Amino acid sequence: MRRNECIAMLLAGGEGRRLGVLTKDLAKPAVHFGGKYRIIDFTLSNCIHSGIETVGVLTQYQPLVLNQYLGIGSPWGLDRREGGMHVLPPYVRSKGGTWYKGTANAIYQNIGFIERYDPEHVLIISGDHIYKMNYDLLLEAHKEKRADATIAVITVPWADASRFGILSVDEDSRVVEFAEKPKKPNSNLASMGVYMFSWPVLREALIRDEADKSSSNDFGKDIIPTLLKEQARLFSYRFNGYWKDVGTIESLWQANMDLLDDEPALHLDDRSWRIFSVNPNRPAQYVAPHAKISSSIVNEGCLVDGEVNRSVLFQGVMAAEGSIIEDSVIMPGAAIGRGARVIRAIVGEGAVVGDGCVVGSIDSEEIAVVGSGETISLKAEMQEVEQV
Amino acid sequence: MKLPMLGVINLIHEADEMGQLTANRCLATVPFGGRYRLIDFTLSSMVNSGIPKVAVFAHTKFRSLMDHVGTGTYWDLHRRGNGLFVLPPSMEDQTDFGKGDLYHFYRHRDYFTRSSPQEYVVISRSHMVCNVDFAKVLDDHLERGADITVVCKKSDEPSPGLARKVLVNGAGRITEMQDHYGRLNSDIISMEMYVLSKELLLDLVETSLARGQDHFVRHAVGSMLGHLKVNAYLHEGTLGVVNNIAAYYRHSMQLLQPDIWRDLFFNPGPIYTKIKDEPPTRYNSSADVTHSLIANGCDIEGAVHNSILFRGVKVRKGAIVRNSIIMQNGVVGENGSLENCILDKEVEIRPLQHLRGAENLPFLAIKRKVI
Repeated sequence: MRRNECIAMLLAGGEGRRLGVLTKDLAKPAVHFGGKYRIIDFTLSNCIHSGIETVGVLTQYQPLVLNQYLGIGSPWGLDRREGGMHVLPPYVRSKGGTWYKGTANAIYQNIGFIERYDPEHVLIISGDHIYKMNYDLLLEAHKEKRADATIAVITVPWADASRFGILSVDEDSRVVEFAEKPKKPNSNLASMGVYMFSWPVLREALIRDEADKSSSNDFGKDIIPTLLKEQARLFSYRFNGYWKDVGTIESLWQANMDLLDDEPALHLDDRSWRIFSVNPNRPAQYVAPHAKISSSIVNEGCLVDGEVNRSVLFQGVMAAEGSIIEDSVIMPGAAIGRGARVIRAIVGEGAVVGDGCVVGSIDSEEIAVVGSGETISLKAEMQEVEQV
Repeated sequence: MKLPMLGVINLIHEADEMGQLTANRCLATVPFGGRYRLIDFTLSSMVNSGIPKVAVFAHTKFRSLMDHVGTGTYWDLHRRGNGLFVLPPSMEDQTDFGKGDLYHFYRHRDYFTRSSPQEYVVISRSHMVCNVDFAKVLDDHLERGADITVVCKKSDEPSPGLARKVLVNGAGRITEMQDHYGRLNSDIISMEMYVLSKELLLDLVETSLARGQDHFVRHAVGSMLGHLKVNAYLHEGTLGVVNNIAAYYRHSMQLLQPDIWRDLFFNPGPIYTKIKDEPPTRYNSSADVTHSLIANGCDIEGAVHNSILFRGVKVRKGAIVRNSIIMQNGVVGENGSLENCILDKEVEIRPLQHLRGAENLPFLAIKRKVI
C-alpha cells in the first residue's frame, strides 16, 4: 500500500457497559483477551500487517489504561517518524469542545487530522472486534469497484441476524438495502463495522451529517443509510474468517473458549499474521510435578500447581496446589488459592480466590465474574451467609 | 534511583567450555531458562539496580549478541545520552586480538572518561546466572571503605562450572584468589563482579599495562591483594555458574524448583529479555505436562516431564520428552521420544525417532539439525 493512500481511524472510545465490572476502569478495547492480548491488539496488528502505517485511535471513556497501553505504538511497529499511531481524544478548540457524540462525530471532529495526511481512502474500524483481516484486500476490492464506500460483511446465523447491521446486496456485491438491527432481517450478511471510504465522499457526508440536527451522528444509523438513499456506490466485501464482537460477559467468555479447540477457528500461533501486544516480559511458566493441564492456553509467568482444563490463563496467574480451573478465563496476575475451584467463570485482573473457595458452577447458565482486584475468601463467604 | 555507577559486561576471554553450544555464538548469548540468554541476568540486574549506562565489551562471535541486545530497548536502556553501548574490540592490528582484557579496557577508556557523573564501575562477566542488587553492593563498598568489592557466593555444593576460588578472612577481606585450575580449599567463589572507583580502575589499567600485565582479575586485582583492600560481598540469592555443559544442564534443571524459579526471576527485580511476540502456549486435549518450565508459543500435544521448553517448541501427538532442554522452535515429531537431551535452536526430531543421553552426559544436538 502506498504511503497515505489509505489511513485508518480506529474507534476505541467504547464504554462496554454490558461487560460490567470488567470495564469499570477500562475502555472496552483495553479488555484482556486470549491469554495475552487486549482486544485492540487485533485491529492494530491488522493495520500494520496490511501496510497501513498511519492510524488515528479515537479514545473517550476511561482512557488511562488504554493510553498507557498504546504508548507511542511501538509494540505494533507504529512508532514512525511520519504517520504512525496517534491517540486522538476529544479536545478543546477556540469555540469550546465537545465529547464525541457518536462514531461519525468522532471522525468529523478529526477531519483536520485526516487532512494533514491527505489520504485517498480512509478505513474506519472499531477496537472492539476480534478478527484477523487483510485490509489491503478490502482496499483492492474498493478500488476495483470504484466504490464510494465498501463495507466488510460476514455471514451470520439467521437467528442472530437481528443483532447486527444487515445488508442486502445484488450479484455485483452492491448494497441495495441496509437495516440496523432489523426485527425481520432480509439477509444474513452482517456489517463488521469495517468501512473503507473514499475520503472526499466521507468528508462531505460527515459535514452534512453534522449539520443535520436530528442525526445521531453514527455510521450504522446515519452515514450509511444516507449514502444509500443518495444512491452512492456502496459495495460489500465478504470476509470468511473468524470475527467476534465481544459486547457481553457471555460473548467475551465464549470468544476465549473458541481458542481452546484442538483446531481453533482463530489461530493465534500464525507466524505470517502475528498479533502484537505489549509483552509482559515474565519468565517461562512453571508447571508443578502434580499439575494437569489440557485444552488450555497459558501465558508466561504463570505457576500452575493444580488442574487446568478448557481454560485461558493470562500472564502471572498463580494456581495453587489442588486448585481446579475449568471452562474459565483467569486474567493477569490473579491468584487461585489451594483447593479452590473456579468453574465457568471470568476472574478479573489481580483478583484473589482464596484457599478452598468456589467460584461458578458447572450447572450455571451464567458466567460467574470476579471483578478486578477483588478478593474472595472463605471468611467473606461465611459472613455473607450470616447476613442472609 | 540512578546509581553513580557504570556497568561493564566484559566478554573478553570469558572462560567457555560449552562446546557446540558456543560454536556460532558467544557465551553471553547461550539460550537459558526457556526464553533468556545468559547475558540477560547480569544486564537486568544492572538495570534494576539503577545503573544508567552499561557497556558490553564484545570480543568474538558477537553477531547473536548484536541481534539480541539491539539498542537495549527491552532492558529500558534505549536512552538519550546513557543506555547501552556495545563495544566490539578496537584493534590496531590482528595481533591485538589476543591481548588481555586490560588492553581492550584501555582502548575503550573513552567510555569511562566520558561518563563524568558516574564515579564507580562494576566490571562483570555474562555467565553468572543470578539476580543481584548492585546498589547494595555499592553501599557495602562505601560503608566498609573498600578499594575493590568482589561479589562472591558461598556454597557447600560446588557448581560444575569453572570459577575462581577466594579465601576470605574474618574481616571479610579477600586474602587469596585462584583461577579455577587452582587447588585452593575454599567454599567461596568469585562471581566475577568487581566494584571499584573509576579512578582506581583507570590507574590499575595504566599501571598494569605499563608493567606488561594485561589481565584485569589476575593482574590488576589478584596481584594487588596485599596492597589494596579487596573485600568480599556475599550474595545470598541463587547462583548458576554456566560455562560448561554439565553446569548448563544442572543449573537449567534447578529452575524446576519453584523456590529457585521465584528467587532468580523475581527477586529483587524481574529479568528482561528480547521479546518475540509469541502467543501463549497451547496445551492440546492430549497434553500431559508435569514438572516443567514452558515458554510462550509452544504447542503441546504430547507428554513433557521434567524438562524445559523454549519459545515456539512443538511437541506432537504421542511424543514423550523427559529430562530434556529444547531450545527455540524445536520440533519433536509424532511418537518420537527424548530423554536427557539438549537440543539447540530449531532442531527437528522426526516422527518415531528416539534419542537418549546419559543422565550425567546429556545428548547435545546442534542448531538446525534434523534427526
